[in-house]
Amino acid sequence: MKPSELIDLEIKLLMEGVFQVYGYDFRDYAEASLRRRLRQWLSGSGFETLSLAQSQLLRDPALFNNLLRGITVNVSEMFRDPAFFKALREQVVPYLKTYPFVKIWHAGCASGEEAYSMAILLQEEGLKGRFRIYATDIDGEVIRKAQEGIYPLQELQRFTRNYQLAGGSCSFSDYYTARYDRAILSPALRDNLVFATHNLAVDADFGEMNLILCRNVMIYFNPVLKNRVLGLFHNSLAPGGFLCLGSKESLEHRQIATLYDEIQPRTQIYRKKYGTA
Amino acid sequence: MGQRSSKTNPPQSPLVRGDAVKPPLKRGGLEGFVSKNGVVPVSRSVRSFKAVVIGVSTGGVAALKLLLPALPADFPVPVLIVTHITPTADDGLAVLLDTFSTIRVKEADEEELLVAGTVYLAPANYHLLVERKGCLSLSIDPPVNFARPSVDVLFESAAEVYGPELIGIILTGAGNDGSKGLLMIKERGGVTIVQDPADAEMDSMPKRALALLSPEYLVSLKELPVLLMELVAPQSGKII
Repeated sequence: MKPSELIDLEIKLLMEGVFQVYGYDFRDYAEASLRRRLRQWLSGSGFETLSLAQSQLLRDPALFNNLLRGITVNVSEMFRDPAFFKALREQVVPYLKTYPFVKIWHAGCASGEEAYSMAILLQEEGLKGRFRIYATDIDGEVIRKAQEGIYPLQELQRFTRNYQLAGGSCSFSDYYTARYDRAILSPALRDNLVFATHNLAVDADFGEMNLILCRNVMIYFNPVLKNRVLGLFHNSLAPGGFLCLGSKESLEHRQIATLYDEIQPRTQIYRKKYGTA
Repeated sequence: MGQRSSKTNPPQSPLVRGDAVKPPLKRGGLEGFVSKNGVVPVSRSVRSFKAVVIGVSTGGVAALKLLLPALPADFPVPVLIVTHITPTADDGLAVLLDTFSTIRVKEADEEELLVAGTVYLAPANYHLLVERKGCLSLSIDPPVNFARPSVDVLFESAAEVYGPELIGIILTGAGNDGSKGLLMIKERGGVTIVQDPADAEMDSMPKRALALLSPEYLVSLKELPVLLMELVAPQSGKII
């Protein structure tokens, strides 16, 4: 067996063990990124191989948590892909404004940057007090980070530029307070945000949403898991609700594709058709 | 680990850049490897290739505008390219290069199945990776070598999948992205090519690669298409 095949086998065995012991299911994650992340974790772990690490990983929850962080941590930025947030503002918000109350699920929110971006956008569009964003992630630790809403100050320049490109109508500095090398987002933004852990690979659907935001999360999943997650979203979305994917993600070739219309080509914003259950 | 080449480090080329009629370049330990029809042995083994991966940064647009139009539409393997572009760029570069070239050029999509005769450019702000079943995947993992897409990420994932059936190329660029990945391609038995620093618009990426390994080929941009065609020519059992 070639060394690279051996590593693949070790990954498979470990992920099976992790699922059975801890209930986290990475068996349907896309292999290339998972392999890269595991290799990276391994190089800093002190273990020589995944097989050697496995014995301890399955017995030591603290060590497993460390691994979990290594293989799930997602980084984002505020108003990532400004063109997307602009499309959201101009083409989706007008529909949302017609509802008395708007429920949004942000699946895979990582440390919260895009959830806060969404809150800022809706507030600026006059929906203050009329929306709630349920922001979920697989990892409880990043959820705690997201709740704090504290980001490195050096990031804020990029966030500000993104915000402006996304059609922001205020001064972005109104939304945070800078202190030392960090920026704290305005606590008022959190009023309409609910952070919770949720595992897309094993947990159930999530109430009737008007909009679901899940960007650059499913790129880490294989087609089987992608279809499961899209099914979850479909069941959680009200008729006429919006599904927003990452700029390189698409419903094309997916089972549920016929149940949605893309609001405009290449926006990756889809609207669930009426009468599709 | 794969066996290290016994070849010596390439000599620093004494050539000045931009000279149209310069003599043949010196190659790393392979002086005079170019015969009339292009290529002489790297190793006495039958080689066949499944993909070409290219890493390029500063000076990349000009380099690719030279390279890609020189490749035929029926180029027998897929070509995957990471070039460092601004995070908010759209697929404009792929579209532009496509209009210049007979070979098909497009921005890579996730889960896209790799086909021969196609050049895939990593999308802005995403890493590009190869999956074992011969399709592409994308990630938003943190930048590597300050870059997303990163050449190292592409090269390492491709080396895992293709092993010796891979050709890795480092072209002009600032920084050091790609050298580790190129080393991994070499360690897994793939063929490595570096643009001669003297021929590169920015020489640090080629130089950093040369500091880490001695590639099979050190070529100018002009020589590269011919070399590639020779390497991937679909003659079975060819000894190169």
